[in-house]
Amino acid sequence: MTRIANVVASICVALAFWQGLVILTGVPRFILPGPALVAETLWTSRALIAHHTVITGIEVLAGLALGAILGGLTAIGLAASPIARNLVRPMLIFSQAVPVFALAPILTLWFGYGIGSKIVMTLLVIYFPVTSAFFDALMRTPQAWIDMARLMGASPARIMRHIRIPAALPGFASGLRLAAVYAPIGAIIGEWVGASKGLGYLMLLANGRAKTDLMFAALIVLAVCTVLLHAAVDRACRATLDKNA
Amino acid sequence: MPLVPHITLDVAPGSWTCLLGPSGVGKSTLLRLIAGIGDEAALTGTLTASDGAQLKGRVALMAQSDLLLPWLTVTDNVTLGARLRGADPQPGRAAALLEQVGLTDHAAKRPAQLSGGQRQRAALARTLMEDRPIVLLDEPFSALDARTRAQVQDLTAQLLGDHTVLMVTHDPAEAARLGDAILILSEDGCAAWPAPPGKPPRPVDDARTLETQGKLLATLRGSI
Repeated sequence: MTRIANVVASICVALAFWQGLVILTGVPRFILPGPALVAETLWTSRALIAHHTVITGIEVLAGLALGAILGGLTAIGLAASPIARNLVRPMLIFSQAVPVFALAPILTLWFGYGIGSKIVMTLLVIYFPVTSAFFDALMRTPQAWIDMARLMGASPARIMRHIRIPAALPGFASGLRLAAVYAPIGAIIGEWVGASKGLGYLMLLANGRAKTDLMFAALIVLAVCTVLLHAAVDRACRATLDKNA
Repeated sequence: MPLVPHITLDVAPGSWTCLLGPSGVGKSTLLRLIAGIGDEAALTGTLTASDGAQLKGRVALMAQSDLLLPWLTVTDNVTLGARLRGADPQPGRAAALLEQVGLTDHAAKRPAQLSGGQRQRAALARTLMEDRPIVLLDEPFSALDARTRAQVQDLTAQLLGDHTVLMVTHDPAEAARLGDAILILSEDGCAAWPAPPGKPPRPVDDARTLETQGKLLATLRGSI
C-alpha cells in the first residue's frame, strides 16, 4: 500500500511542478500545454486516441509474440550447436551495431505502409534482448546436472529439453521483461517513418499541426500502456517461468 | 601433471568400499573418471568389472549436492532418468522407493520444501531408481548434521546392501561405520586399511569401530 501511495505522491508532485512551470513562465499552450489542458484533450479526443492505441497495441503484441518465439528458438539453436554459435553469434552482435532507426524506411518499403512493417520493426527491436538473455541462461546450466544426465544415459537433445531449457526459463523471463519495455519503441519508430494509423502517427500529426496538447495526451497513453504491458508480462513470468528458479 | 600416482584400486563386487584421503588428493576426480564423466582429467590405465563387461551404463553416482531439479516434484525427480532416456517412468516403482526412503508424504513437494536429510533421501531414491549394479558415492552425507547423517547412512547402507559401492569420504567415522573395505588414497598411492569386524552399518558407539576411526584419523593427520 505504501508503494502505491508513493507512486501517487510522486505523480502529484510531477504534475504540480509541470502546472507551476506553465503558469510561472506563461509559455504559449502550443509550446508546453499544462497538465489540466492535456487531461481535457485526453478526455475530448478519447475516441480518436483509443482508435490509434488499439492499432499500436496490436503491433506491439504481435511483435512481442513473434520476437519471443523467434528469439527463443534462436537461443536454443545457438545453445545446442557450437557450429551455429560460431557462425551466427558474430552476425547477431554485428546486427546490433546497425541502428534500427535506419532500417525503418526500408522495412516500410518491404513490408508496406500498414501494420506489417511495424510488427517487423518491433520484432527487430526485441529480438536481441530476448535471444541474448535466454542464450546466456542456457549456457549457464550447472555442469553437475549435465553430468548426472549423461550418466543416466541422456542424449544431448533430451538434456536440452528436460534440463537446460527448464533451468533457463527464468533467464528467458528477464528477456521478455526487457522486451515488454522495448516493444512499444519499435512500433512507434515504425509509425513515425510511415503510417496512417497508430499512436506514433497521431503524435507526429499532432506535432505538425501544433496540437501539442494532443501530442502529450497520446504520449501519456503510450507511457501508461507500456507500464501496464510490463506489469502484465512481469506477472505472467512470475506465475510461470520464474517458478523454475 | 599426474593427479594421482600409479594406483591399483580393487572394489569387491557386492560390497561397500570406502576411499578415504585428505582433500585435494583427487578422490572425487577419480570417482568421476570411473563414472566416465571426468572431463577435467584423463585416465591412463584400465577399468575392468569382475564380469568382464564394460562399466558404461552400469554406474550411478550420488554426490554431496543432491542435484535435485528445483522445478520438479520429488516423484518427477526420482523418475528423471527414465524420462531422459525416453523410457517408461515406472511411477509404481518410484512410489515404492519413496516409501522405502520415507518420503511418501512428500512425493508431490518441490525440493525447496524439503529438509537437507529429506533431499538427500530423495537423491538416494533417484539413484536406486536407476537400478545400476555399481554405485559411486561422493561424500553424499557431508552436508548433513550428525543425527541426520547417521540416519541417512543407515538407510543408504540398508538399501544399497546388494550393490557394489565405492564411497569417497574425508570422514574417518563414516569409513569405519560403513566400509566392508577401507582404502586410503594419498600422494604415495592407494593402501588398504583393515575394516572393523561386523557387518555395516556398524553401531555409532561400537568400540572397535571407534578404535578404527581414531587410528584412521591419526594416519590421515600424519599423511598431511
